[in-house]
Amino acid sequence: MTAQAAVTTSTRRPVRRRISTGWTLLWLNVFLTFVFLYAPIIVMSIFSFNASRQMQVWMGFTLDWYVRMLHDERVRVAAENSLIIALVSTAVSTVIGTLTALALERTRFRVKSLYEGAMYLPIIVPEIVMAIALLVFFNLTFQGLDQLFGLRLNFGLGTITIAHIAFSFPFVAVVVRARLADFDRTLEQAAQDLGANDWQTFRYITLPLLMPGIIAGALLAFTLSIDDFVITFFNAGVGSTTLPLEIYGRVRRGITPDVNALSTVLLLASMLLVLSSLALQRRRSS
Amino acid sequence: MAIVEQIGPSERAVTWRERLGDAVRQREGLRALLLAGPGGAWLLFFFLLPTAIVFAYSFARRGPYGTVDWTFTLENYVRFFDWLYIRVFLVSVWLALLTTLICLLIGYPFAFVIARSPRRWRNALLVLVLIPFWTNFLVRTYAIMLLLRSDGLINNALQWLGLIDRPLTMLFTPFAVVLGLVYGYLPFMILPIYASIEKFDFTLVEAAQDLGANTWQVFWRVLLPLTLPGVLAGSILVFIPSVGAFVTPDLLGGGKVVMIANLINQQFLTVRHWPFGSAVSFVLMAIVLAATMLYFRIGETRRI
Amino acid sequence: MERPIDVELVDVTKVFDSGVVAVDRVSLQIYQGEFFSLLGPSGCGKTTTLRMIAGFEHPTSGEVRIEGRPMGHTPPFRRNVNTVFQNYALFPHMTVFENVAFGLRMKRVPRDEIVRRVREALQLVRLSGFEERYPRQLSGGQQQRVALARALVNRPRVLLLDEPLGALDLKLRKEMQLELKHLQMTVGITFIYVTHDQEEALTMSDRIAVMNAGRVLQVGTPVEIYERPTSRFVADFIGESNFLPGRVVDVDRDVATVLVAGERPVRVRIETPVAAGQPVTVAIRPEKIRVTPVEAPEANGFLSGRVEEVIYIGTDTFYVVRIDDHTTLRVRSQNDRNRLDGGQLLPVGTSVTVGWAEDAARLLLD
Repeated sequence: MTAQAAVTTSTRRPVRRRISTGWTLLWLNVFLTFVFLYAPIIVMSIFSFNASRQMQVWMGFTLDWYVRMLHDERVRVAAENSLIIALVSTAVSTVIGTLTALALERTRFRVKSLYEGAMYLPIIVPEIVMAIALLVFFNLTFQGLDQLFGLRLNFGLGTITIAHIAFSFPFVAVVVRARLADFDRTLEQAAQDLGANDWQTFRYITLPLLMPGIIAGALLAFTLSIDDFVITFFNAGVGSTTLPLEIYGRVRRGITPDVNALSTVLLLASMLLVLSSLALQRRRSS
Repeated sequence: MAIVEQIGPSERAVTWRERLGDAVRQREGLRALLLAGPGGAWLLFFFLLPTAIVFAYSFARRGPYGTVDWTFTLENYVRFFDWLYIRVFLVSVWLALLTTLICLLIGYPFAFVIARSPRRWRNALLVLVLIPFWTNFLVRTYAIMLLLRSDGLINNALQWLGLIDRPLTMLFTPFAVVLGLVYGYLPFMILPIYASIEKFDFTLVEAAQDLGANTWQVFWRVLLPLTLPGVLAGSILVFIPSVGAFVTPDLLGGGKVVMIANLINQQFLTVRHWPFGSAVSFVLMAIVLAATMLYFRIGETRRI
Repeated sequence: MERPIDVELVDVTKVFDSGVVAVDRVSLQIYQGEFFSLLGPSGCGKTTTLRMIAGFEHPTSGEVRIEGRPMGHTPPFRRNVNTVFQNYALFPHMTVFENVAFGLRMKRVPRDEIVRRVREALQLVRLSGFEERYPRQLSGGQQQRVALARALVNRPRVLLLDEPLGALDLKLRKEMQLELKHLQMTVGITFIYVTHDQEEALTMSDRIAVMNAGRVLQVGTPVEIYERPTSRFVADFIGESNFLPGRVVDVDRDVATVLVAGERPVRVRIETPVAAGQPVTVAIRPEKIRVTPVEAPEANGFLSGRVEEVIYIGTDTFYVVRIDDHTTLRVRSQNDRNRLDGGQLLPVGTSVTVGWAEDAARLLLD
């Protein structure tokens, strides 16, 4: 019942242990795939420390590009914006997403399957479709508000944040829902049996035990927001910029090493976030 | 301990909170509204409604200076039949299919190896696959650009090794775009297939071998059919984002490889033909939904 | 003096959305201070009945009354009963102390009283010193006792136990059975205990309600249930019974004569009247049958047969005796003599007579 049975050759040839041709090739595939997955980002990170402006030669280790990046005003503004948007978006998405998960897992109502299907749309549909839809919507709404109430609103951090919430909260809902599905309902029954009313049961039992899932969802929402490009690009308007937008702009204009530094920082940040989210989901999964 | 004194039936004061809780608990409809409402409302206003507006726009005319003329017309959809635009769609679908195939060829053996590894390694391997995936897509695409450039690492290495005389043009080609798409979406193929293989009962392989099947036959007739759900799931998860990709063809295709998303971008921001852009956007969504429904239909009939 | 009734079910029926009738017109009266068991096979409705008393399910029709008051749709947190769950349901994110204190906290009992009562409860279940441990650090038996303490600390009127010993190994289960019984007698509150293990029910209960397919078949003390089953199911589910189908031929005051197994007459003491010609079943337990070889001087049985199988299990010997082509009887004979020397086992093939006392057999009408 072991692996070698699956891929060793026919019974006529003597069956050798793990080191058969089939397995060598398979592991080679795995190794090369890992190289493929990691090489670009490792190379980029290494070159962010390159003292030379050009890519092809290594001229010594330096932190200059990072220093330049830290002093870059545009980068600072973009980072601030990214952070603000991410924090607000995460907060709202987490709340809405958790409520939605509770709705899907703990209630019944007639249009529920339709609702459920609709919830998956932002996850399935390509980002550009959603980006365009929001662009068109905001544009029309702003025109309308201007004509009807003389209220002049514009694209900016607000529209970006609203857009981020719209595509993040279904992800939060999926994560929290998975946690809810595994939830031991007898614990809530025991709490009620011992005298806890609905609110007390939720506050002392359901919520604490759900918390790891909610936090994992929040981290996911945060990552999605910080990393988002397409939807942000179309809904940012003229003045606002976020880190991904900034990187894109610079790449379009030509590759410079400070983009390397910025990218590496962003890379490490998202890696850290994801690892924490995974660690959280693992630790409390009892 | 002496016999417990009998406390009379507990008459707790029923607080207003409890009364509210009772009302909500007993009225299923109210509870559903409170819990499902926020998400539903947000989705309605910031997804469904905008999509409907896009649909409406697709039947409008382009006014002067890129404004919108609200006269009903089908001209935007008719425009699709221009070879210029059909080509864009064909290219997108073709590149997406190519990406899916390559991901399958790389991803299936990869998933197989992980699923058959000792339990301790499996999680570590999966996490290693997931890490690059969860980092910024833009950054990763940029990293590939670095490698593929004429003065990039790969060209330099190949020239230094003496394998080529002049640098290869890798960037701004369909090759680069497919490479970028595979790079981005490979984990989407690996994970579902891994889940499928993990659930696979390997004693079936032994039974097949006992009955005389060789390795290829075992794979083709036993393993693959039973892991097909994973393959289908992975395929759809790769195809859909690939066909609607924007960043990858934009950066790695450099304007030479035009996919649907690039066309949409062009129409909205450069040409400023919002109605046509809306039509294209809507058709893309239709393709995606059709692919999804096809997937569900296949999934239902197979029912393993 | 009338004993007060703590829990009463009046014609309670529960039908689930799927159409399954889990509980079918059940009426029960459970007295204050008794150890009352709901006994039956899986799916008989005993757990659903318990949950209706606790408040997790509501009857489709009929009434659940606790201390005389109809419960209607009262939620569990407003009923003066506490439950020990089958899977213990200990809160994993709280220590033993916090688990046990939970109910008191919900009632806003003052802090120092909580400490005192929790310590008392843990002492009662012999878990003093475990306050700061977490449930995952405890063994199954210890978790079970925490669940008990958590329920008892609230001093409920009635304690509901849903197969609490199911997950324990045999030896521990037997120990806990006695512990629970002693606990109940010490603390004096009403226990309603759900189990499918008839030996467990017989050991611990003051009274038992035997259930099957949603209905209560018989309620009585362990002795009553065992010695006087009123239906075939009960006679078969509790202990072992031999069943002899037959026809009543004669009724003489409180003794009926029944023809069984090929027209052989058997006399049975009856409590309810029967008519001649009525088809009935005679139920007789293996340990009440005397079997003796035909040649032996004390042979006085009224049925004759042949020994077909001999099963020696140390404390007893089971004989399978064939009465006729369709009928065998299982007879349990206590090994009160040394089977190797004086009291020999009856070999297979021996012609024997079997008999029993007039009041040992039961007449069943189903």
